Amino acid sequence: MIPERLRSDRARLHLFPDSSHSTGCDRERLSRAAYFLALLIGCIAVALGLASALLAATGAPPGVVWDAMLKGSVGSTAALGTTLNYTALVLTVAIGTCIAFRAGLFNIGQEGQFTIGGIAGTAVGLALPFRGILAIVVIVVAAAVGGALWALFPAYLKLHRGVSEVVTTLLMDFVAFQLLSFVVNKPYLLGERLPKGSLLSGQPQSNLLPGADLLPSLAEGVGYRLQITIVVAIALALVSSFLIARSRWGLRVRASGFNPHIMQRMGIRRWQIGGGALLISGAFAGLAGGFLLTGTVLRIQGGVSTGVVGSFSDNFGWEGLLVALVARFRPSIAIPVAFLFGALRAGGEVLASTGVDSSIVGVVQALVVLAVTIPTVVAQVHAQRTRAKSLLDYA
Amino acid sequence: MSDVSLIAESAARLASLLLFVALGELLAERAGTLNISIEGMMLAGAFSGAYVASETGSPVVGILAGLSAGWLVSLIQAEFSHRLTANQFVVGIAINILVLGVTSFVNASIKLTSVKVSVVTIPVLVHLPGIGKALFEQPWPFFLIYPLMPFTWWLLHRTRWGLELRACGENPGSAAATGIDVRRRRRQVIQVCGLYSGLGGAFLSVALLGTFTSDMTAGRGFVAIAAVIIGSWTVGGTIIGALIFGSADALRLALPAIGVQLEPQLLIAAPYLIALVTILVFARGRRQPRALGQDYGMATA
Repeated sequence: MIPERLRSDRARLHLFPDSSHSTGCDRERLSRAAYFLALLIGCIAVALGLASALLAATGAPPGVVWDAMLKGSVGSTAALGTTLNYTALVLTVAIGTCIAFRAGLFNIGQEGQFTIGGIAGTAVGLALPFRGILAIVVIVVAAAVGGALWALFPAYLKLHRGVSEVVTTLLMDFVAFQLLSFVVNKPYLLGERLPKGSLLSGQPQSNLLPGADLLPSLAEGVGYRLQITIVVAIALALVSSFLIARSRWGLRVRASGFNPHIMQRMGIRRWQIGGGALLISGAFAGLAGGFLLTGTVLRIQGGVSTGVVGSFSDNFGWEGLLVALVARFRPSIAIPVAFLFGALRAGGEVLASTGVDSSIVGVVQALVVLAVTIPTVVAQVHAQRTRAKSLLDYA
Repeated sequence: MSDVSLIAESAARLASLLLFVALGELLAERAGTLNISIEGMMLAGAFSGAYVASETGSPVVGILAGLSAGWLVSLIQAEFSHRLTANQFVVGIAINILVLGVTSFVNASIKLTSVKVSVVTIPVLVHLPGIGKALFEQPWPFFLIYPLMPFTWWLLHRTRWGLELRACGENPGSAAATGIDVRRRRRQVIQVCGLYSGLGGAFLSVALLGTFTSDMTAGRGFVAIAAVIIGSWTVGGTIIGALIFGSADALRLALPAIGVQLEPQLLIAAPYLIALVTILVFARGRRQPRALGQDYGMATA
């Protein structure tokens, strides 16, 4: 029997305070925040130092490399346009990851869900009898549905069979890559169908979607085309951030992340929230795949390969996951972090022309993730100690 | 005849490669840590093995270098996730991307020369029909897998350390109550896993291919995780799992040459599909370590 006062969500809100621990006075909290910030900056400095050391060790002057990356990411209008397009993609993936994690589910299958989004979008797009803005919407929605469906099996295993979603979402990634390679290699599926007599191109790929399916642009110029996706992604991030913090659904998501059993005691089916969050996460990854499809490439490609490199998803899924990790699973904080990662990616592409291998980008990204882990954990341990201490004082 | 025995030889090599890594992962998972940075450990081992072997000209030193590289990477995972108590998957993903980046980056700026690894033939046994050459005529590091299998079983089931390890994997709370330092045991087992995976990676680059290419492990670390799953977290089962997946890999490489039509994508995806089906059928994880993948300690993010 649930007491009446617990039935109103407002009352429950007080049961699950988000992150604001009310221990200590304001000054104490301020100094703790300053300490946290100093630690954060220190750790990131160490990370960048390590990356510079790696550059120097291979004979590339770090100063020149950083400068080239800065110029290639925010140095010109064209560079900024590319950066913002990438930002939109990784941010969209990151939002879904944040929601799933807040519900207590760790989705690491974004790369596969992104791929399936691309496949679904292409399949629907090629079959549509009409074009125009409506067609774009249908393609993008199909991509999101595809991503969500790819998360369905892990969600089922998690909530009905108790299998960790970490392994299953990861395994589904590799199935998705092979599925992509399969469908583009078979002309009766999505493989390229050319007029008789013309030669196949080297890379197995699908037919090109009509140019009318290109997403509308905000601004265009020489060498860049800023897509509307950045606006959509930021809006989605802000809305999800608000919903997680303020809505009844958001409360339930957070509550099931803290303790899924309490949810059941309160009469809310666990799979509605947890399973729903995993599907939403897949949908966001698929949506990003749809954005990539209708934003630039307009087709899917894939050879027979065992790795991720060179595939349609091209690491966007992993990067979105990293963004969510760095943002500590808060969609609003993910916006600037996604910009940083988008800039790194755009800058990395320019690097290739200077003769420095662009894989340094992955190094920097991973080091930033590890660097951000340290202060967060330190702050949490500190908060827990303070709480334990204040409980002791109270006793 | 020759086709079958060639495929068997290739399958034995690829299965042993998986097995080096999967046995390490098995130990880690029995202690309750789902170690997804195994791919990174393997890749680090592969790169250092190939690099040092190329510099020194000695495959032995190369393989030792691979071992230590795997161990170094595991140290990052262990210290971050089981001393600082950062989420093990966050750290694992970051490590995989870090190692992929570092090895590809350094590899782009150096040139490797391959070293010759001598092939060892076990006298009488090699004449066994069918599997004789596959199991008993291979590059010498291959034979390390034979003592490693019983050793892993002994470590897990016949030592106090192994017992404590399994306790940490089943019920860390109770283990801690009996005086076992759960996080310390998990740090130790991840380091052991790092040694196994580093060895596996070095075996791939030094003994099998003689060179390093970017992302050369290509998800084999995750296949090893799948092998542990279908082996239901036992040493024997893991060996069988590695044999199945190694054979699938060998078939994929050999089938086009002998003119058999089978979708290559299906064979590449086979380990993952088989693992997913196994999970579905044997779900509920009756035989899975009960605390698998759960953090033990203070912080959670």
